[in-house]
Amino acid sequence: MKSIADIKAIRDKMKGQINLRDNKDAEQEIRIVVGMATCGISAGARPVFNAFVDDVASRQLRNVKVTRTGCMGMCALEPIVEVHIPGEDPVTYVHVDPDKVRKIVANHIVNGNVCTEYLIGEERK
Amino acid sequence: MVRSHVLVCGGTGCHSNNSAAIKREFETLIKERGLENDVSVVGTGCFGLCAVGPIVIVYPEGAFYSGMKVEDVAEIVDEHLVKGRLVQRLLYKEKSDEHVVKALSETNFYKKQTRVALRNCGVINPEEIDEYIAEDGYQALIKCLTELKPQEVIDIIKASGLRGRGGGGFPTGLKWQFAANSPGPVKYVCCNADEGDPGAFMDRSILEGDPHAVLEAMAIAGYAIGAHQGYIYVRAEYPIAVQRLRIALDQAKEYGLLGKNILDTGFDFDLEIRLGAGAFVCGEETALMTSIEGNRGEPRPRPPFPAVKGLFGKPTILNNVETYANVCQIILKGADWFASMGTEKSKGTKVFALGGKITNTGLVEIPMGTTLREVIEDIGGGIPNGKHFKAAQTGGPSGGCIPAEHFDIPIDYDNLISIGSMMGSGGMIVMDEDNCMVDIAKFFLEFTVDESCGKCTPCRIGNRRLLEYLDKITSGQATLQDLDDMEQLCYYIKANSLCGLGQTAPNPVLSTLRYFRDEYVAHVVEKRCPCHVCKGLARYTITDDCKGCSACARKCPVGAISGEIKSKFVIDPSKCIKCGVCMETCRFGAIVKE
Repeated sequence: MKSIADIKAIRDKMKGQINLRDNKDAEQEIRIVVGMATCGISAGARPVFNAFVDDVASRQLRNVKVTRTGCMGMCALEPIVEVHIPGEDPVTYVHVDPDKVRKIVANHIVNGNVCTEYLIGEERK
Repeated sequence: MVRSHVLVCGGTGCHSNNSAAIKREFETLIKERGLENDVSVVGTGCFGLCAVGPIVIVYPEGAFYSGMKVEDVAEIVDEHLVKGRLVQRLLYKEKSDEHVVKALSETNFYKKQTRVALRNCGVINPEEIDEYIAEDGYQALIKCLTELKPQEVIDIIKASGLRGRGGGGFPTGLKWQFAANSPGPVKYVCCNADEGDPGAFMDRSILEGDPHAVLEAMAIAGYAIGAHQGYIYVRAEYPIAVQRLRIALDQAKEYGLLGKNILDTGFDFDLEIRLGAGAFVCGEETALMTSIEGNRGEPRPRPPFPAVKGLFGKPTILNNVETYANVCQIILKGADWFASMGTEKSKGTKVFALGGKITNTGLVEIPMGTTLREVIEDIGGGIPNGKHFKAAQTGGPSGGCIPAEHFDIPIDYDNLISIGSMMGSGGMIVMDEDNCMVDIAKFFLEFTVDESCGKCTPCRIGNRRLLEYLDKITSGQATLQDLDDMEQLCYYIKANSLCGLGQTAPNPVLSTLRYFRDEYVAHVVEKRCPCHVCKGLARYTITDDCKGCSACARKCPVGAISGEIKSKFVIDPSKCIKCGVCMETCRFGAIVKE
């Protein structure tokens, strides 16, 4: 038998999982799009994707969705990640790895400061 | 870490189109590709858009795949789940011409809907209590048990203006109040899940998609009136609903949300399922309770009403599934929230099962006061094949039709009654210009004649005589006097029958007589069916295109066609049984049906 506190704990735990199915406020949410075509996957997009999912979940960012897309056309720069924040221009990160993911989430998604050092165009400097 | 959810509809419509095999195929292929830790496959209740089922939705993208086959699964797994590319060819066609996938809530079908009773259908896995809890499940029960007194619960329901969704539209709060006021230590809470109207599947879908919502609301009702035992009376013809109810009951009992000392608050409430054997009359409240008691399902006179003397002679409340499905939301969001939706006397939303001549066959939930035009044209996608709207039948065999002249009527309890129909439980059957209204009335009456329990004479014999009048009309043997006599008989049956079944059985006849009397007159006077539906009035004739090949004469089972080879043949109408074989046989299109 469960107590009232148990039920509330189940609710909080499950809400994070069910949240994935909620796109009622699609216009309001932040979308992180990871390129997951063959090129992306072979360049290491899968651990990048999982790092985003983990980080977003552990920070309980309810308005952030992590999604995939196909090849963006610049296979040499994969893994590529686009961050869409409503009302702002999309930001494209290249050569992303799991360590960069944590910085992107902390600096950009949470605090609103774009990680300029990982941006497209910066990689050649 | 799960990054994607694949929701496969497990409602009745999709289930009968093989959605269980689709779900298994997803599970197998996802495992083969090594994605079982990334993607979870979830069986859900009805999404509502049954016309394009089986339906699969993939989140987080919210991609809505329709008309799925088992063979299509591999493509979705390889393209969408592995590579992240949407499979354009399988996307729901309302938006397949667009590049960006819109949120489901922006499609025409969902845009005008407000989902309260159906809020979890197609969102959660109905066999998983934790998912229901994630959507604030059982929070309403906790709130009632810890913060509210029983009378306060009743006051909230009263203030919300919730009315019974099963057909009668009696204020739910008032019903609870009567039962609470009745003295006695033993009371019962019952749920009417004996949904019998032809074309209605709202309650079925709620039970299949969100069974816990009904269990929770019944426990709340028990707390409000002081009952400790409840019964859910559900038809045995709903196997999926029964199975999911059973699973839900077991899970709720395991969590201590039903049974003794619920959540350590000292309140006891237990529930049992009773299966109905499929008698329509058992949807009537007194017959239903008689059936739960183990007796033959027959109604009894009221008063005493169930709130005073119901199941086993004790005070009882009986509400329908959809009514209960609204209760938890009212408790959580407040009476004012609920009362802000709908019209002056009809609050909240209503679920309709759209069927008949309509593009989007399925389940829709609209705020009261939405017009019939919005339901049929915007949400329902209009009438297929460019045909015109003729009428919509609401309330099933107890209701009546809404003709085109009332197309802009806001749908609520009182408006529908004022035009001679009724809300009923929510079946809405759309008819186009090809439907003969006399035939429709006959269809519903045949149903009630079959289902009459036979206890009272007006219903048992009166409806049988009424059907005989309709048979006379559709076979061209009636007179205008018969029309008047028939109408008289209708009023007699309505006034004298024992229960709701008989009292409403003549409604389809009365309402079609009221709006489509000209069709009746055409059958009687001109001996023709304007829509060419009534077989008894059809006439087959051979035109001058006849080459005299004798093919039809050789096929005619009753030898009604005669003539000489290479000259025009003729059909003898007195022998013809209107089977239509000659018309199918003729290679020259020389036989026409009038």
